[in-house]
Amino acid sequence: MLKKLKLRRSHALIFGGITIIGMVIWLWLSYQNKQKWPETFGYGKTANQQDIAKWDIDVRPDGKGLPPGSGNVADGAIIYTSKCAACHGADGKEVKGVKLPGPPLVVGGGKTKTIGNYWPYATTLFDYVRRAMPYNAPGSLTDDEVYSLCAWLLNENKIIKANQIMNARTLPKVEMPAQKLFIVDDRKGGPEVK
Amino acid sequence: MSMEQQDKPVKITEKKISRRMLLGGALATAILPVTSVFAKYIQVGVPAVPDPTKQPGPLPGKVGTRSPFEAPVKKPSDISSRTPLQDLYSTITPSDLHFERHHAGVPSIDPNQYELLIHGMVERPMKFSLHDLKRFPSVTRTCFIECAGNFRTGKEDMTVQEILGLTSQSEWTGVMLSTLFRELGVSPKASWFLAEGGDAAVLTRSIPIHKAWDDAMIVYAQNGEAIRPEQGYPARLLLPGWEGNTNVKWLRRIEISDAPYFTREETSKYTYPVKDKIRMFSFEMDARSIITYPSFPQKVEHGWIEIRGIAWSGRGKVDKVEVSTDAGKSWSEARLQNPILEKAHTYFRHLWHWDGTETEILSRVTDDTGYTQPTLKQLIDARGKDIGGYHMNPVTAWRIKRDGSVVFKPESYK
Repeated sequence: MLKKLKLRRSHALIFGGITIIGMVIWLWLSYQNKQKWPETFGYGKTANQQDIAKWDIDVRPDGKGLPPGSGNVADGAIIYTSKCAACHGADGKEVKGVKLPGPPLVVGGGKTKTIGNYWPYATTLFDYVRRAMPYNAPGSLTDDEVYSLCAWLLNENKIIKANQIMNARTLPKVEMPAQKLFIVDDRKGGPEVK
Repeated sequence: MSMEQQDKPVKITEKKISRRMLLGGALATAILPVTSVFAKYIQVGVPAVPDPTKQPGPLPGKVGTRSPFEAPVKKPSDISSRTPLQDLYSTITPSDLHFERHHAGVPSIDPNQYELLIHGMVERPMKFSLHDLKRFPSVTRTCFIECAGNFRTGKEDMTVQEILGLTSQSEWTGVMLSTLFRELGVSPKASWFLAEGGDAAVLTRSIPIHKAWDDAMIVYAQNGEAIRPEQGYPARLLLPGWEGNTNVKWLRRIEISDAPYFTREETSKYTYPVKDKIRMFSFEMDARSIITYPSFPQKVEHGWIEIRGIAWSGRGKVDKVEVSTDAGKSWSEARLQNPILEKAHTYFRHLWHWDGTETEILSRVTDDTGYTQPTLKQLIDARGKDIGGYHMNPVTAWRIKRDGSVVFKPESYK
């Protein structure tokens, strides 16, 4: 009985020893593997400030990214008529029975999604119009023109007054009516249909 | 031959004969006078030689072509182009049939001029050429990409392509985004990144940074060859399982940030009403399935029918697909084709004996998070009547009529 127990003890020692040695080898090997993945591959070039400035045109709701310059509602009306109305309609409102190439932008009679009833941030207007509009000549508007269009669109949607100037300071402060409606998706999978 | 084509003989017009085939024919004519018969049948548009064992065919070519008897095509509109899922036999979408959705057309980008800029909350802002991207350790992965607005209904005579043809699957190759982020030294405080396309929409989306450390890739190859222009040539972002719009094509810039940007695409678009609120940042595509055979406008005959279709989940693997052949009264488990991949279209099959009585057939998938594809009613109950068109994944039913014709069962939606 005692002998058996001793035998088991020695077995345990042997197995324990092998396990420890195995773990050491495994750790050493995985360390070696990591060594094969260099700290850096060294591909590519460092981007300088000019490279970044050329493309970095995004604007955040806190105003980060808004350029200098300013615009007003009256100028916006003129720019809208010459550069936007062909696709979005004379006053940007939905016309029953008429399908325009661009979506309506100003709250009209119906429930159609527009800037006034669906866009949560005014800064998104500047960002989007500057990068992608007009459709046939994207990126062709000056910063002042974009500020003026923002002013006109926000005024037409009855969000700002006709005498308000839009610039890097005032645009992020505009409170959009739809902002309070937005919620972030919190679904994580699982059986619930939500 | 597709299921549809089994019942409808395909008419081959002269227009459908490709230039290469004509050239091949002409070349063969020049070498072997005997093939003038071949040239003749092409000329008159006859689909087949009377006995192909009695005359040689065209010589080897530089690029293969589809059989002139097969004509699967995308269904384009002004803004998108849909995959003919009812004409496919397995889960890989031929590259030229991959759905398209873009916001200002397909840009033409010179791969030698291409640059990807990564900057923002990083130690070293960097520019990578396409050549640089290809030098990094590469990874190949098969997954689906589905547009978040992939849902149409309303009439009986709708094909799978028309109902949900904005999902396709490819084998993608590229570099893990985490490999690049590691190279740049991304700040531990970073929580989002902005991905920007180099198309005329200069499309942007904000992406939670955990996706970059998880499974995001920048891919330059699709099904073994360079990615197609319509899919983002020369390189696009690939976010397995996430809504198509976030997989920014023609990727030119990534900015690492500590907040989302609330771009136009993630506020005024790709958001949807949930009761009295508007839900935003729905990234994962929910589990969905559809029977692709039999489906409209195919016809079936009495006897044994192998019901076939695809199922997928943006949250993980397909766990099971159930099929009902009695309008949802009873369900049985379909066979799944191996390998079952994560965030990938999975092919299912179910053998059924049709006795000729009118019925409805439908499928529903359960993914490995335990989520079962809901009915349209369940979705409306959960989200309200004003449900919109984004992130809709309802069970789809087909009616089998007594004469063997198959029609879509549109459900009232608003």
